[in-house]
Amino acid sequence: MTKPTEPQPPRPVGPRWATRLLHAFCAPHLVDEMAGDLDELFQQRVGTIGLRKARLRYIRDVLSLLRPFALKHKPTVQHFSKYPQHSSFHPDMIRNYLKIAFRNLGKNKIYSFINIGGLTVGMTVAMLIGLWIYDELSFDTDHLNYNRIAKVMLQQTVEGNTSTSEWVPIPLSTALKNDYGSDFSHIVLTHQTGEQILANGTAKLTQKGYYAEPEFLEILPLKLRQGARSGLNDPGSILLSESLASALFGNTDPINQLVKVNNKVAVKVAGVYPDFPNNSEFRDVAYVLPWTQFVADQEWVKRVEDNWGVNAFQLLVQLAPNADLDKVSAKIESVKATHAKDEAKFNPKAFLHPMSRWHLYSEWENGVPVRGRIQFVWLFGIIGLFVLLLACINFMNLSTARSEKRAKEVGIRKAVGSVRSQLIGQFFSESFLVVFFAFALSLLLVQLALPWFNEIADKNTSILWNNSLFWALGIGFSLITGLVAGSYPAFYLSGFQPVKVLKGTFRVGRFASMPRKVLVVTQFTVSLALIIGTIIVFRQIQYAKNRPLGYDRNGLVSVRMNTPELMERYGIIHTELLQTGAVVSVAESNNPTTGVYSSDNRLDWKGKDPNRPVDFNVVTCTHDFGKTVGWQIKEGRDFSRNFSTDSTGLILNESAIKYMGLKHPIGERIKWANETYTVIGVIKDLVTDSPFEPVKQTAFRLNYEWTNFITIRLNPKMSAREALNKIEPIFRKYNPASPFDYKFVSAEQDQKFRAEERIGKLATLFAILAIFISCLGLFGLASFVAEQRTKEIGVRKVLGASVFNLWQLLSKDFIVLVLISFLLASPVAYYFMSGWLKQYTYRSDISWWIFAVSGLAAIGITLATVSFQSIKAALMNPVRSLRSE
Amino acid sequence: MKGTYLGEFEEVVLLAVAIRSGDAYGATVVNEIEQQMNRAVNLGAVHSALNRLYEKGLVSSHMGGASQERGGRRKRLYSVTAAGRRALEEARQLRNQMWEAIPTTTWA
Repeated sequence: MTKPTEPQPPRPVGPRWATRLLHAFCAPHLVDEMAGDLDELFQQRVGTIGLRKARLRYIRDVLSLLRPFALKHKPTVQHFSKYPQHSSFHPDMIRNYLKIAFRNLGKNKIYSFINIGGLTVGMTVAMLIGLWIYDELSFDTDHLNYNRIAKVMLQQTVEGNTSTSEWVPIPLSTALKNDYGSDFSHIVLTHQTGEQILANGTAKLTQKGYYAEPEFLEILPLKLRQGARSGLNDPGSILLSESLASALFGNTDPINQLVKVNNKVAVKVAGVYPDFPNNSEFRDVAYVLPWTQFVADQEWVKRVEDNWGVNAFQLLVQLAPNADLDKVSAKIESVKATHAKDEAKFNPKAFLHPMSRWHLYSEWENGVPVRGRIQFVWLFGIIGLFVLLLACINFMNLSTARSEKRAKEVGIRKAVGSVRSQLIGQFFSESFLVVFFAFALSLLLVQLALPWFNEIADKNTSILWNNSLFWALGIGFSLITGLVAGSYPAFYLSGFQPVKVLKGTFRVGRFASMPRKVLVVTQFTVSLALIIGTIIVFRQIQYAKNRPLGYDRNGLVSVRMNTPELMERYGIIHTELLQTGAVVSVAESNNPTTGVYSSDNRLDWKGKDPNRPVDFNVVTCTHDFGKTVGWQIKEGRDFSRNFSTDSTGLILNESAIKYMGLKHPIGERIKWANETYTVIGVIKDLVTDSPFEPVKQTAFRLNYEWTNFITIRLNPKMSAREALNKIEPIFRKYNPASPFDYKFVSAEQDQKFRAEERIGKLATLFAILAIFISCLGLFGLASFVAEQRTKEIGVRKVLGASVFNLWQLLSKDFIVLVLISFLLASPVAYYFMSGWLKQYTYRSDISWWIFAVSGLAAIGITLATVSFQSIKAALMNPVRSLRSE
Repeated sequence: MKGTYLGEFEEVVLLAVAIRSGDAYGATVVNEIEQQMNRAVNLGAVHSALNRLYEKGLVSSHMGGASQERGGRRKRLYSVTAAGRRALEEARQLRNQMWEAIPTTTWA
């Protein structure tokens, strides 16, 4: 024995967590003796078998003690053991829980509606967004060589501005083959065609496709439904997608039939491939034509076959099986610089852009990848999570709020003999039932909403009934929500002492409503941020839409000249169009007014900084172009037939003048390639490209050869329908080969806002749903508070409080919460939205009224929601609520 | 009632309680069994056996004093009841009877 004076070494004890486990799961009346036994055995064993083994035995013993009997059997309450004691999870008990849960749902209809409704909406939104994200992430993944396919891209630096583009010169292909051939399985030159007319007799279709070298089929492993894989080797052939083949040939066998392309060449159908799926970057590739045909058909392609300076083609590669993408990408970096010495000054860098990143990560800014579509994936993902969170918050809030009311029920149940585990079972059954209903309903809603959602989002998704991940996520989420929402009543309430609750001395603590308030603030913060964001998105769209275009887009129609016939007969068409009276003026140009596709760097003028490279948009047009589109002359004059010298005349836009730094532009001589032009006029900027970007310096010159588009100004005195009816026969007569394919400039212009409008629409939808869910929760809480305070309201009324006083009393608390949310949401929304706006050069500001309006709207909505309940409470006859006491 | 049928492990536990007469509680019963049978026994198994024996009325229990080695916790002391003793005797008698019935040729 040690002497009491000596310091005792600390007693070894069993693993702390195991002890805690025992305390958590063992019946309270047994814990003491169990722990004692465990401790005693442990002390002995430390002496006999060592500390480590003793600890292991300790853990084993604890686990062996976690048995149901320890939870339920109470030898101290002797009389219970006379009756058979069922398990709380006996099937009969579970049936009983569910029955009572059902009755509870039915009894509190409003409460059930709010809970199930809110959760359903939240889950529906989350599911839709989940499907959207899944679709975005699954782009191209079904290509067999997904991980080995890449695009070769080029980066060039001009004037410190680095541009990144997928357009490469043809010789790059040969260079890669010669220098790094062993790193690649396939290297394929391709060129995306614009819209071309494919015709078989009267069946004519305008479709986009690809010119590609034969190995294209190997890279994208196209499994032909019909025909031979060697099809692309033969210059006179074409491969069609299944849908295009059936549109052109119906049910007849298309193989070896002839298709006329642009009414120029006839090619033989060599094969039919299944359509590319909707979530593929190649989804609009309706046909594939052989590269050799492209070279033969387009003279300029032949000319640039060895030209490193013309970046106009796409280069697809498939890596060799043992090659590492990043290493190869680093290897080929200098390929253009070494082969094309005169291009080296632009510091060209080649790199591989893997297929897995095409869809989501294809935006560069100054040579650095910036977040492309992936940012929408994140944005929507976060919104979805938040909306779901809102719904869960409601659910939890209401169940905790209501649970105070149920304290009495707990007391009575306990008094008549319920044990705690049965109450836990009861509360969990109720929450799981609600979640289950919501899940089932949201599946139904998603199914119903999908067609409409697909239209807004431009998708073709469907519920992934067969996807185990979908079910695992859905069910996992439901279980967690049920557990979290049910846990408060299940564990907190079930622990009440019946005596206290029933005697009426039971008081919920002063801070019991605190977590609820925090949750309400969270909800409104999210809703408000969404509302503010939505307003800003819409304002930006509106702002860009209202931007002065510099021309009059109404009644302007553009027709692409897609066949040789049309180009040759422009003169007669021009005359006949004017004769109909449906047309005010007609002009030709090489670009439509809604887009400029060509730029030139060969301009030179007096005072130009020789070290500074130039880049101009160059538009060629005919005499009446200005008059037709309605541009505004600022200085000088328009092109005129009265001056034969105008063939070397130039009209510049304001941006060009600024760019060149000309003080007195009129009469200025400008060298272009090998010719000299004279500036005859300056026009106000025409917004031809992106409505969000600054207008580029542009030069207009006369040319009747280099034109691709006819622009027509319709007679404003006639309806557009009527005018088009008069125009169409003329085109049919002179250009029978192709369908009359016209586009309203205003519609084309609107197209440019599609992406933004899509975000706007989705954001509105989510914002509305978020505020709806939040209000549902508020409504529930308000009714709960009103109910809780009925007696107080009764007393106040008897003592002379007016309805208005009472309304004020009940609404005040909620308004304060909304105000706090507003203070939280404003800076957050400001931060994120100013980040979003930064991507646009031409952007609206974030003005104070946006915040004011959303704040007022939130308060208004809150008041409307809360008032219903508070006025109802205030109008109630106090006799009814006070009689019982 | 589950009857007075005595399981094998229950019999062992009951015997251990009898051996440790006056000092039979969880830990000592575990020790006793481990010594006698030379095998590791789980405390939980012993507890549930004791519990079953209690339900069958074969043992009775009362709370004993606390001791230093138990970290100051009390112990529940078990003792064999009259019914417990009868059950043990019946089991023993049954075995003896069966032993008697074995023909001598069996072990040849």
